[in-house]
Amino acid sequence: MEKPNDPRARVEELAQTKLSDCYQCGKCTAGCPRGADMDLPPTRMMRAAQLGQIEEASKADSIWRCLSCLTCSARCPKSVNVSGVVDALRQIAVETNSVSPKSAKIIGFQKAFLRNVRRNGRTNEVEMASDFEIRYFFRRFDVMNVVNTGLLGPKMIARGKMHFAIGSPVKDKALVKRIFDKCKVEL
Amino acid sequence: MNIGYYPGCALHGSSIDYETSVRACMKALDVQLDELDDWICCGATAAHCINHKLSVALPARNLGIAEKMKMDKLFAPCPMCSMELKKASDELKANPELRKEMAEIVETPVDGTVDVVNLIQVFQTVGFDAIAEKAKEKLWRFKPACYYGCLLTRPPKTLQFDDPEDPTSMEELLKKLGAEPVDWNSKTVCCGAGLTLADEPAVAEQVRKILQDALDNGANCVVVACPMCQVNLDMRQADAKKLGLTQDVPIFFLSDLVALAVGLEGKDLDFAKRYVAIPNEMKKTDPKPEDPKPAKPVAAKKEGAAQ
Repeated sequence: MEKPNDPRARVEELAQTKLSDCYQCGKCTAGCPRGADMDLPPTRMMRAAQLGQIEEASKADSIWRCLSCLTCSARCPKSVNVSGVVDALRQIAVETNSVSPKSAKIIGFQKAFLRNVRRNGRTNEVEMASDFEIRYFFRRFDVMNVVNTGLLGPKMIARGKMHFAIGSPVKDKALVKRIFDKCKVEL
Repeated sequence: MNIGYYPGCALHGSSIDYETSVRACMKALDVQLDELDDWICCGATAAHCINHKLSVALPARNLGIAEKMKMDKLFAPCPMCSMELKKASDELKANPELRKEMAEIVETPVDGTVDVVNLIQVFQTVGFDAIAEKAKEKLWRFKPACYYGCLLTRPPKTLQFDDPEDPTSMEELLKKLGAEPVDWNSKTVCCGAGLTLADEPAVAEQVRKILQDALDNGANCVVVACPMCQVNLDMRQADAKKLGLTQDVPIFFLSDLVALAVGLEGKDLDFAKRYVAIPNEMKKTDPKPEDPKPAKPVAAKKEGAAQ
C-alpha cells in the first residue's frame, strides 16, 4: 500500500477492513448461498482485491449476485469485512460505469429504489416497480419479466399490499433531496 | 411501557399486515408505540451497495430525530432498518468527525446514542414470563420452524443479539407460550432478500430450500420477525412449489403468534392478506381437546354426589 492512488486504499476505506488480513481459507465461499453461481466467488474476489485488481473485480458479475446476507463477514476467522468489500466494489463499479452487463437488471432495481427514496423520502412500491420495469424493458426488451411482475401486481393489489399513494407522506421532501445531493449520489 | 417506533417503508407498503400485527400485539401487551416524526427510508441494500455515505446519512437523519424527541429506545420491526440504524449509530459513536459531517448533511445534530431494538428485543424487554402469564390458551397446535434470516443476528459485532449461527430466542419465547418449535438447519440461511424483483430465480430457490428443510423437520408453519423474509417465503412460495417444494407452509410473524396466545384472532391480524392461506385452526388459540380441563369438574361433581 506504498504507492499513491493505490485503488486498494479506497476499498479499505469504504469497507473499513484490511485486505491483507485475508489468508485465503475459503470459509466465506463455503458458506455463501450464491457461491456456486459466481464468476468470482468471495475468496477469489478477496485475492483479486489483495493483488490490486480492483478494476477487474468491480466488473465481475458475482458482486451483483451477492444477496448481502453477511454470512461471509460473520464467519471470517480473521474478521475481514468481506461483504463490505463487495459493497465497495459495487460502489466503484457504479462510479466508473463498469457494472457487468449481465447484472443490468439488479443495478437497475437498486437505482430505481434510490430514485424513489430521493423523490418521496420513503419508498412507494408501485411507483418504484413501474420505474424499474419500464426502464428495464426499454433496455433489455424482456417481455417475460414485465409479464411475470405484471402477474404479481393484481395478487398484491387484491391483498391490499400495493398502495398507489403513500399512507403518510414525508413532510420535508426537499431535505431528503439535499441529503442525496450532499452525498453525491448519482442515479 | 412507552417505546420509540420506526415503522420503515415496508410496513407502510407491501407488509402492511406486519404493522397491523405489531400494533395489535403491542396494544395487547400495553406497549405504547411513539412514532418517529417525519421518519425517512433507511436506504436498505440499495444505499449500501451504491453509496456508503448515503447508507450512513439516511439512518443518521432518523437517529437525529429520535435524539431530538429524547427517545432512549427506538423499535424498528424490520431487521433491515434496525441493522442499518444500529450500524450507523456505531459508526457515529466511534467517530467525532463523522458526527460533525453527518450533522451538516442531515441538518440536525446526531450522536448515535439511541438504543435501536428489534421485535424480539421488545418482547425481551416486556419479559417472556410476563407475556406467558398473559397467555389465554397454549399455542399447542403450532410446531413452528423459527426463521431468523440474516439481519436479526448479522453482523454479530454490530447487533450483539443472540447466537449468529444458532439463535434460539424465538424458540425460547414460543416454548413458554406452549408451541413446540422444531430443530432445523436453515434458520439463518438467506431468503434472497431484496432481490425479490431483480433476481426471481435465485429467490425461488432459496425459498424452496428453506421451506423444504422446515417441512422435513416436522414443522407445520414458519415464524419470522422480518417483513422481507415473510414476503419472500409467502409470496414466492408458488414459485418454490414449481421447483419441488412439497406442500404449502403458512408463514407467521412472531407478533402474530404472541398476539394469538394473548387472545387475539386472525381478523385482528390481517391474515386475509397472506398469499398462502392460514388454516382455520391456526387463526385463534383453543383448548387442547385431550386437555382434561372441561371433563374434570363433571367427574368431581359425580364423586361428590355419590358421597
